[in-house]
Amino acid sequence: MKKVVSLFLLVWLVAFSLLYVTKTIESSKGYGGNNTVTIYNWGDYIDPALIKKFEKETGLKVIYQTFDSNEAMMTKIAQGGTTFDVAVPSEYAISKMKEEGLLLPINHAKIPNLRYIDERFLNLSFDPGNQYSIPYFWGTVGIVYNRALLGGKEITSWNDLWDPAFKNQILLVDGAREIIGMALNSLHYSLNDTNKTHLQQAKQKLDALTPNVKAIVGDEIKMLLANEEAAIGIVWSGDAAEIMWENERLDYVIPKEGTNLWFDNMVIPKTAKNIEGAHQFINFMLDPKNAAQNAEYVGYSTPNKKALEYLPKEIVEDERFYPSEQLANKLEVYENLGKSMLAYYNELFLQFKMHRK
Amino acid sequence: MRRYAYAIPYWLWIGLFVIAPIILIVYYSFFDIEGHFSLVNYETFFTPVYLRMTFNSFWYAFLITAISLLIAYPTAYLLTKTKHKQLWLLLIILPTWVNLLLKAYAFLGLFGTYGAVNALFEALGIGTKQLLFTDFSFVFVSVYIFIPFMILPIFNALEKLNPSLIDAARDLGANEWTTFRRVIFPLTLDGVKAGCQAVFIPSLSLFMLTRLIAGNRVITLGTAVEQHFLVTQNWGMGATIAVFLMIAMASIMALTGNKKWGVRQ
Repeated sequence: MKKVVSLFLLVWLVAFSLLYVTKTIESSKGYGGNNTVTIYNWGDYIDPALIKKFEKETGLKVIYQTFDSNEAMMTKIAQGGTTFDVAVPSEYAISKMKEEGLLLPINHAKIPNLRYIDERFLNLSFDPGNQYSIPYFWGTVGIVYNRALLGGKEITSWNDLWDPAFKNQILLVDGAREIIGMALNSLHYSLNDTNKTHLQQAKQKLDALTPNVKAIVGDEIKMLLANEEAAIGIVWSGDAAEIMWENERLDYVIPKEGTNLWFDNMVIPKTAKNIEGAHQFINFMLDPKNAAQNAEYVGYSTPNKKALEYLPKEIVEDERFYPSEQLANKLEVYENLGKSMLAYYNELFLQFKMHRK
Repeated sequence: MRRYAYAIPYWLWIGLFVIAPIILIVYYSFFDIEGHFSLVNYETFFTPVYLRMTFNSFWYAFLITAISLLIAYPTAYLLTKTKHKQLWLLLIILPTWVNLLLKAYAFLGLFGTYGAVNALFEALGIGTKQLLFTDFSFVFVSVYIFIPFMILPIFNALEKLNPSLIDAARDLGANEWTTFRRVIFPLTLDGVKAGCQAVFIPSLSLFMLTRLIAGNRVITLGTAVEQHFLVTQNWGMGATIAVFLMIAMASIMALTGNKKWGVRQ
């Protein structure tokens, strides 16, 4: 019994001394208090050199923390407790956070660099007037395919996927909006279609795709495609850019019927303590030179019109990541369809998953 | 009086972490997605989609349990005959110390088109086969994960068995098979039941593996619960499925359990 008690005490002692040590280290380095900005972002989603530059320019210290899903990020912010001054959620998460009162309004007077953002990416349905969010990166949903495995066959459209030659070759991402959206697009309907007849048609079309589908997976899709487990994958353009780095035989295409356009945006969550610093950071990231440097490092598409001038030509002219105007007009942002419509999408997706070969 | 005072923490525990959650689940199951009180979730459950899902869940759980039992019983029996029992037992328990997700990811590598297993198949001249995202791999990996929980109770039951009973059976002229059928198996039945419960009940609500190993080609009730709570945010429907899962599990416990609870680890 004595042993147990002393062991218990030891654990407490170690825990508290560690806590004390981290506190002292943090304060000696200038963290804590009002001169820090805490950034809550996706992993590997910023050029670290820019953080250094920001610290040098403003004298503020940056604490950089990462998350791997919108849901995890929202839960942490909703719980409070931790200070985050800037976060980078995706557009559907923003409308949800707005509804739940998790965001603070952004003072546009303090973000003069906002004028560099392409108007196409402002004032969108998830945040009219950009009251709460400023675009950070954007991208599409499209098809990654392995030229070598397909014997040089080209894929240009969603409808190409129904080719019987691609039997058991397609990996789908496990997202109801993405996959139902793909079927809707292939039928030339809107991604935000709420007409149940259209949706049933889309589901039937998906059922016909079943023989070609190898699996419906989550984040593993990147690893599986890079390892050539399958020749075709439906993914977000950001993921595509990442795996095309790893495997040069992969190519990405934005299907010609059109597809989804998504955004990651900077917001100031209600947990923010250094609101002034948060504005400074957002403005800093919108500086065209900084935005260009960041886009080159991360590999996603920047919404900053002026930044394109500072980017290498081969990046800006790559239509896979900066689609031409003609194609860009066919891209659609997900609208918040409401809970019960979303449930209907998910129900159809579940039924599609249960459809056996 | 003091005796009751000592029991308070346990009652609190049971109240907070057993009874309250069950009440909450049942409560939520009566609300539709808009938050109105209704029985619509129960109506939805009795549609072909969910009934087939229920059937699938039971079928796969049955397969996993049956295969585990078929492998585990002889293994446990041989274990009792070995010299370094504790060492062998440790080796069998060892994989359970590794996180389930890590093991699943390991199988993604092993079973892949260019994985170790297919490399072996190639070398043997069988040729590359699709292993990942098949029913086979799903059942195989599940059995691999659950089998220690089947072996342990059976092993313990066999260990407890008085060897003189077997000697007596042999003395009275019973052959090996009869001895097994009439003496050993009935006396270790409690261990078998405990093992079956420990495997069948969790496999009924498996969900991670259905995506990682079966590529969502196998959809069980567990997958649907996860979806409804995390993606659709239709807590009512998720709770309704959970209610049916709890009913199923309770009836299995009632069917297989008896007064004595086998010998469990």
